[in-house]
Amino acid sequence: MKMNPAWKKQVTELRPGTRIQGKWHHNRYIIQKKLGTGAIGAVYLCEYEGKPAALKISEKGTSMTVEVNVLKSLEKVQGNRLGPSLLDVDDWVTPAGNIYSFYVMEYLHGDTLGHFIRTNGKDWLGVLMVQLLEDLERLHQTGWVFGDLKSENLIVISSPPKIRWVDVGGTTRIGRAIKEYTEFYDRGYWGIGTRRAEPSYDLFAFVMVFLNIYYPNRFVKNGEQSEKLLFKKIDHVKDLYPYRNILKKAVKGSYQSSADMKKELIAAIKEAKKRQSYHKKKAKMFSNQLLKEPGSIGFLALLFYLLSLLFQ
Amino acid sequence: MKNGTLKQILLLTDGCSNKGEDPSATAALAYQQGITVNVIGILDDDETESPDGLQEVEDIALSGGGVSQIVYSETLSQTVQMVTRQAMTQTLQGFVNKELRQILGSDQSLEDLDPQKRGEIMEVVEDLGETSDLEVLVLVDTSASMHSKLPTVKEALIDLSISLNARIGRNRFCIYSFPGKRKDIQKVFDWSPKLDAISTVFPKLTSGGITPTGPAIREAMYQFGKKSLLRSFRHEDESGMEEAGY
Repeated sequence: MKMNPAWKKQVTELRPGTRIQGKWHHNRYIIQKKLGTGAIGAVYLCEYEGKPAALKISEKGTSMTVEVNVLKSLEKVQGNRLGPSLLDVDDWVTPAGNIYSFYVMEYLHGDTLGHFIRTNGKDWLGVLMVQLLEDLERLHQTGWVFGDLKSENLIVISSPPKIRWVDVGGTTRIGRAIKEYTEFYDRGYWGIGTRRAEPSYDLFAFVMVFLNIYYPNRFVKNGEQSEKLLFKKIDHVKDLYPYRNILKKAVKGSYQSSADMKKELIAAIKEAKKRQSYHKKKAKMFSNQLLKEPGSIGFLALLFYLLSLLFQ
Repeated sequence: MKNGTLKQILLLTDGCSNKGEDPSATAALAYQQGITVNVIGILDDDETESPDGLQEVEDIALSGGGVSQIVYSETLSQTVQMVTRQAMTQTLQGFVNKELRQILGSDQSLEDLDPQKRGEIMEVVEDLGETSDLEVLVLVDTSASMHSKLPTVKEALIDLSISLNARIGRNRFCIYSFPGKRKDIQKVFDWSPKLDAISTVFPKLTSGGITPTGPAIREAMYQFGKKSLLRSFRHEDESGMEEAGY
């Protein structure tokens, strides 16, 4: 108890080429580059037996153990993988004698959500929304809530494009207090709801994930009623127009489950498609008429000309 | 199994004490009584590195069995809740370690177990952290230099109560400021399960010149109720956790 974890040196700087060997399972990993730093530790791209893998390392052994527990319980969920798969859990004793905990996961390579939408177009919005809601639904069904749902924890892998979760460290059992959160995505920060883990907590963060695409620098409370502010932000984004009512309902916490939200979302997508094709049809008809019209005028003119020739 | 009550003092300060006994010593005393002392040192936005005075922040938390963190005021909300949660886990884990040593021998602790077993034990620690009752006494330094930071402190404390009230276990909070008028500490907000009502009391806080951190911690310790204190005096080596029935 005398030891205070906050005091140990941070392992946020490991040089490429550093060899890490586990104390318990003796697997060897070679650090290649840093992928990111979080509240608990740093994630590195590493090589294990010639294959790439992601290695998260931290001096906070207990927090790491909690994350590993979450990853293990997600592995038990049937169907598509929810989080990255867990490959190894171990401790690393440095030459200087410090002990760090680490775990190794599948390395997911892909695009950020924002970049993906900007390069591939807004048509993907609905698809990715439905995918994310499906995954959330399966997670909620098993009694867990994502918690720290944010753009940084999501990735879009290619062929076929699929949204995947890269960091599930904030996953919390339903009914408990949210373990980890980021203010922008947290309904507690906006004063719109509690920090109790329930499906509607994730659905609020879901809205913020998609808002974040269009407000990359995010925004903060400005004294205005938060709900009004968020509604205004949703209304300002043209791409989100077809989904605006659903997103607003999620902000208010009106959906009891992701399945409910997904159902309405799919209906909205169909509606938007219908309207889109209707508009297209209308536009086509209109242009056809335009094409026809000069023709018919010409025909009439010709007729009058011929008639006038006859009666000369 | 009935869950116990975790007791914490959360000290929010921006500098070093200049009156009365050594705050680390009083923090150690509080820790002996089963009260964890956590300290958050708040930096001014234009300070680039921690001033020397903030070394004291670490020392107090170390001898108080708690967690310390030095932050800029803008990240205060998240830090306050993180420090509180981390300290709860640390206290519970310390307790579990003690039990482990009794079962496995004197040198064993959680870190000496293989990751699989560690995971199982951490699940128990997490459960306890979620369901234990918690009492937090917030001790706010209101010396002159803190004045501009008080609105942020208020926000952070309301936020803390949102976070902790999402737990299954019950919470009680109270707020004291120091220095008080002719006293070491001054009651700002009495024990209550929620901190929503503090918006009205905070603007009334006045700033003083001295920083009697040591005496303030000592006084704060007594606010947890004389009954439990007497009991811990009788069983010197038992922490507050055990009497609560683990």
